[in-house]
Amino acid sequence: MFRFLLKRLIVGIVTLWVVTVVVFGIFTIIPGDPALVYAGKDPSAEVLAGIRAKLGVDKPLPEQYATFMKGVAVGRDFPTGPKMVHCDAPCLGYSYKKDVPVLGLITRALPITATMAAGAALLWLLGGVSVGVLSALRRGTFFDRIAMTISLAGVSLPVYFTGLIGLSVFVYQLQWLPAIDTNSPFGNPFDPVQTFQSFILPWVVLAFLYAASYARLTRTSMLETMSEDYIRTARAKGLPERTVVTRHGMRAALTPIVTMFGLDLGALLGGAILTEYTFGLQGLGKQALDAINKFDYPLIMGTTLFAAFFIIVANIVVDVLYAFIDPRVRLS
Amino acid sequence: MTDRSATMAAGSAPATADAHRRPLLEVKDLRVHFPTEDGLVKAVDGLDFTVAKGRTLGIVGESGSGKSVTSLAILGLHKRTRAQLSGEVLLDGVDIIGAAEETVRRLRGNKMAMIFQDPLSSMHPYYTVGAQIIEAYRVHNNVSKRAARARAIEMLSLVGIPQPDRRVDDYPHQFSGGMRQRAMIAMGMSCNPGLLIADEPTTALDVTVQAQILELMKKLQREFDSALIIITHDLCVVAEVADDILVMYAGRAVEHGPVADLFRRPEHPYTWGLLSSMPRLDRVREDRLRPIKGTPPSLINPPPGCRFHPRCPYAQRLGEICWTVEPELLEGPNDHSTRCHLGPVKAREVFVAEVEPLL
Ligand SMILES: Nc1ncnc2c1ncn2[C@@H]1O[C@H](COP(=O)(O)OP(=O)(O)OP(=O)(O)O)[C@@H](O)[C@H]1O
Ligand SMILES: [Mg+2]
Repeated sequence: MFRFLLKRLIVGIVTLWVVTVVVFGIFTIIPGDPALVYAGKDPSAEVLAGIRAKLGVDKPLPEQYATFMKGVAVGRDFPTGPKMVHCDAPCLGYSYKKDVPVLGLITRALPITATMAAGAALLWLLGGVSVGVLSALRRGTFFDRIAMTISLAGVSLPVYFTGLIGLSVFVYQLQWLPAIDTNSPFGNPFDPVQTFQSFILPWVVLAFLYAASYARLTRTSMLETMSEDYIRTARAKGLPERTVVTRHGMRAALTPIVTMFGLDLGALLGGAILTEYTFGLQGLGKQALDAINKFDYPLIMGTTLFAAFFIIVANIVVDVLYAFIDPRVRLS
Repeated sequence: MTDRSATMAAGSAPATADAHRRPLLEVKDLRVHFPTEDGLVKAVDGLDFTVAKGRTLGIVGESGSGKSVTSLAILGLHKRTRAQLSGEVLLDGVDIIGAAEETVRRLRGNKMAMIFQDPLSSMHPYYTVGAQIIEAYRVHNNVSKRAARARAIEMLSLVGIPQPDRRVDDYPHQFSGGMRQRAMIAMGMSCNPGLLIADEPTTALDVTVQAQILELMKKLQREFDSALIIITHDLCVVAEVADDILVMYAGRAVEHGPVADLFRRPEHPYTWGLLSSMPRLDRVREDRLRPIKGTPPSLINPPPGCRFHPRCPYAQRLGEICWTVEPELLEGPNDHSTRCHLGPVKAREVFVAEVEPLL
């Protein structure tokens, strides 16, 4: 078990390293001269060369990468205009557009994304799994058909559509919810009621999207499990049907769900662009989108690395969790 | 060959000894039909048999003949919404088919238990062998976890698992195939059920292990004085262990009788087919298996007349009657009954002259 953990951790670290190489490579190779961003109109060649030297982008790629990685490890200084700015480790780069280290921008946007992801995850996990299990146990009934029809809609309706409907109904027409204060959705100072009001729609909209596919997956998995031989054995032992369904059926059927859940949550922590954009929440996703519009390469790169980090961590967590759930993985 | 009276005496002796005991299990005119999109699948269509305590019934038949459906019906495991059941299954006088679901659940695993073909897929992969036996024991016995664990270890040692106090905490995948089936038997017997049904208990195991498992089941049966039903499509398996044999074809019994009698004087052409398809180790490999020609009939529209007639090599001789009139299951001497138009005398002639020399 310990060796398994260690192996998984090493693989994770290597993957993360490969991701930094690839991401760094892509962002440095793509056309677009970063120096142009800082030069005035129609800059002369000498001016551009000067800026490039200052940014360090005239150096060979491996050297640039080394500098970047050193920044991640111990921090580094950035020449911004007249003075040098120190960027603490782990330094993910410096946004010349916003004149702040990238990591600061990320950690400021993260709570919004994290709150959104966590709340939605809770909702969709509870909703999706229970609907899926019930549907499987009542296959072919009215409930099953309705649930599967709605979930098909859930899978196929985009967030900006359901999100806008939600906003127009609950905020503008019924006025049950105040408009989201996009600058401080948590309230200032922190206010749980305002936080709830800001996030309830994004939670529901995002959860609906995911719950739909979770319901379908759970249903399939549950149907498959309930026709397994060991379920027949459980019944043959004389266990009450409730025990058969929960302790024997769901225990096995929900294993793939755990995997999917971990990965989905990890991916969401990197930003839910459409949802954040629809509700105007300044999370990681919206920030990255804005960065793309403004050619703020360091910010895009930093966010990408950060998101990759979450996905890789989620992968490791899921693998370890899987080993805990399934003794065949743990003990082989 | 023994003469008729001698066979009779030998065959009926145990039956008389058991006559004062009411059979533990009585199955009367059992029918299990499944409505499907293609029509009504008559998987079991009028089956009668009994098993007394301490006796073993072997149910034999090829794939699809309704053996598993029968055993699931005895345990009351068919979904009532999916299957139409009729007839009676009396376990110690309680009718399983008519009883409430909760009543049957309390009997299941407690008074009757079942072990299945593939012990790996029949055990839950996420729970230890011990936990699964403990669960089976505690659902019917109000005892502490510790007491149940002691029982699990006791059962494991009873079925011949070495170091049972350690292996009790192993997961099914850590056991070998034979060990797993032993553990399944331990689980099935944990509540000391009067009836044990083993549905192809050895099919998934290799030959050497098969014999051990059968041996074990016989041993436990003697120890617990339980009624045992062994289901198989392989006559070899039951030849040694069964007292009676029921041969099923297309959801019905075609031949039923004491094992010695049935092997010595089989009367149904289908049974002859099964006998001649028994793998013979003394023959060269290619010649070992001689399966019955043709395929099992449709259970939705069974052939008219005798259900076996399309595959029966002797149907031509009797002519029309075979495909127009369904033969009755007629009881001859020695509790040996057969469902064939040949009749016992003619069947005997044909068997001695044409079939036996080829076996
Ligand atoms: N739930 C069901 N719905 C429809 N048909 C069924 C159902 N269960 C079993 N059957 C049919 O009933 C017939 C008998 O099945 P059964 O499993 O009893 O065969 P078997 O004698 O046990 O065969 P095998 O040796 O392959 O185990 C088969 O044709 C099968 O397709
Ligand atoms: Mg079967």
